[in-house]
Amino acid sequence: MDRNEPLHQIKTRRDSALNALVSGVPYLTWLGVRFDRRGDELTAILPYADKLIGNPRLPAIHGGVTAAFLETTAIIELAWSAMWEDLESGRIAPDAAVPDSLPRLPKTIDFTVDYLRSGLPRDAYARARVVRSGRRYASVHVEAWQDNRSRLMAQATGHFLMPQP
Amino acid sequence: MTDDDQARIAQQFIEAIPHARALGMRVEEIGSGRAIISMPWAEHLVGDPRTGVIHGGVVSALMDTCCGAAVMVHPSNPRSTATIDLRIDYMRAATPGQRITARAECYHMTRSVAFLRAVALDEDGENPVASATGAFTAER
Repeated sequence: MDRNEPLHQIKTRRDSALNALVSGVPYLTWLGVRFDRRGDELTAILPYADKLIGNPRLPAIHGGVTAAFLETTAIIELAWSAMWEDLESGRIAPDAAVPDSLPRLPKTIDFTVDYLRSGLPRDAYARARVVRSGRRYASVHVEAWQDNRSRLMAQATGHFLMPQP
Repeated sequence: MTDDDQARIAQQFIEAIPHARALGMRVEEIGSGRAIISMPWAEHLVGDPRTGVIHGGVVSALMDTCCGAAVMVHPSNPRSTATIDLRIDYMRAATPGQRITARAECYHMTRSVAFLRAVALDEDGENPVASATGAFTAER
């Protein structure tokens, strides 16, 4: 680590790597998922859209959308934390315009969603925590909420196969 | 009610769900606690740009909708349903460009809970892409 590295250079490196990771996935763009970054901590944001509705009478967000949002948050967090050291040391520089520069994404083995409250027609947020990351397998826990961080909308646990070098 | 009536009502039910419509879901068969729903592959649903494979989340949405539809056509006639939990096992990548079809079955029903099993297939009907088990509410 270079203590005197200019701040804007650090931010640009991290933000452009995150942007490359996220913008490379068409489905994330279609769902409208964005990521907010504080240091290495990511918060996924799913802005409300009518097409996300699963129950028009309540109305409530589709359970499949909630599952997809959680799964995608887990995958991006896992890929992000796996590439962090290489990114910071300058060994890699992912660029959205150069597909080959993007890290390969982990593959989902299984994913279990626990639905705690019905999704309201408003923005949702999620954070993932890598519980264990080995060379081959990883286990990730994810939480999603809307208005109150302590009142979860859903949580999930998933197992992933890490890309092999 | 004939099977055709039930299928027509089910298609209307699916089309009233904005997210199911956004994914282009189509009811293939439905009735007696079972449902078969399919959807087309699309460029904007890709989860891995290197391979063109559809995102796992899309398969989740299809399986969840299919399970919910199976609950709604259970002979005990629940008024509505919501997912309590859903576990999906991803067995292999769905082949890019192929339609995905989910088959769900409500294998047990209590007064307030429905237990579901589902599989997702692409055009190779012998080797499932994913399987799921779930618990859903059954509101009376």
